[in-house]
Amino acid sequence: MISNDLNIFLIFLSALLVNNILLIRFIGLCSFFGISQRIESSLGMGAAVTFVMVMSSSVTWLIYNFLLIPFHLQYLRTISFILVIATLVQLVERFIRKYNPTLYQALGIYLPLVTTNCAILAAAFLGIDYHLSFLQNLIYALGISLGYLLAIILFSGLRERIALSPIPKAFKGVPIAFLTASLMSLAFLGFKGLFGL
Amino acid sequence: MKKGVDVFVKGLFRENPILVLLLGLCPVLAVSTSTRDALCMGVAFSFVLLFSNIIISSLRRFTPHHIRIPVFIVVIATFVTITDYLVAGYSPQLHRNLGVFIPLIVVNCIVLGRAEAFAYKNNPFLSLADAIGMGAGFTIIIVLIAIIRELLGAGTIFGKMIMPEGYQPVIMMILPPGAFLIMAFLIALQNKLVKK
Repeated sequence: MISNDLNIFLIFLSALLVNNILLIRFIGLCSFFGISQRIESSLGMGAAVTFVMVMSSSVTWLIYNFLLIPFHLQYLRTISFILVIATLVQLVERFIRKYNPTLYQALGIYLPLVTTNCAILAAAFLGIDYHLSFLQNLIYALGISLGYLLAIILFSGLRERIALSPIPKAFKGVPIAFLTASLMSLAFLGFKGLFGL
Repeated sequence: MKKGVDVFVKGLFRENPILVLLLGLCPVLAVSTSTRDALCMGVAFSFVLLFSNIIISSLRRFTPHHIRIPVFIVVIATFVTITDYLVAGYSPQLHRNLGVFIPLIVVNCIVLGRAEAFAYKNNPFLSLADAIGMGAGFTIIIVLIAIIRELLGAGTIFGKMIMPEGYQPVIMMILPPGAFLIMAFLIALQNKLVKK
């Protein structure tokens, strides 16, 4: 389990491998199965998630600790976080489109999808539930999002190969993807106990 | 009334949100390690879906078309917050088990999907039937997966020992890989049955 007395490196590793957000914690699965047919699209989605998650969980951490707690408004956590994330994604989208068209070409279509990606909201909640400091929270979000990127790229690489293989008719498409995910999850389970995490 | 029944039944089988539409997978896989938690998750989910569908459908004539998504999200987030506090108040243990998955109902694709695809276009009565059907479809599948996983992984259902003495539990079933595995076989089975 992650707690605020772990050092930053262990928090990062825990989020990246031991408690991988997709394969061990089951958060963000819609996009995991939805956009992983091709490696390029997985890479785009993974990069967009990394970009937005690091930023949004920092912003929500600041809002929670400097706005909601002083005014005893913790019950507005869910509503305020989702609205802040949606607004932030819009702002980032406009900003990139204006100042960095190449990056926009690469991430553009994935950014709106990121808003409803539960991993983004979960990262914001988890950092607060574990009482992490600002820096720890930042590293934790980075670990989660790189773990997402790692898992979705590995998965789409496997799916590209599976698409060419002969498999039983009933297992074509989604069921075989779940079987693949199951084996990958088994592999990630092997990280349990790494550095005592 | 007949139309209401049709709308209700389609959520159970033909348009089952999990098996057919593959939406809202996160809680289904994560919370299905024990039957009791799974049932509670199903109820909490249906509660949010029911009230958000009714409210969104009642407000559909007053909701401007281009800001409808933020309106949906605020309505859903309100009921998610209510559920979160109700569960925390009545059963802190359950609240710990379900953890982050209660607040995450807010970004569950099924709830927002039903708001956009159904409640925004139909009257409150049909939206109510739709919510009950979809909620029941969700609960049945999550409980079914939990029964299989708990039975194989711990030999129990609702915490009661079912398997004969000396049964060696397949621990993998209550670990994350088991969830993906059961899901793979359920969807394959459903493919097989539907295509006949």
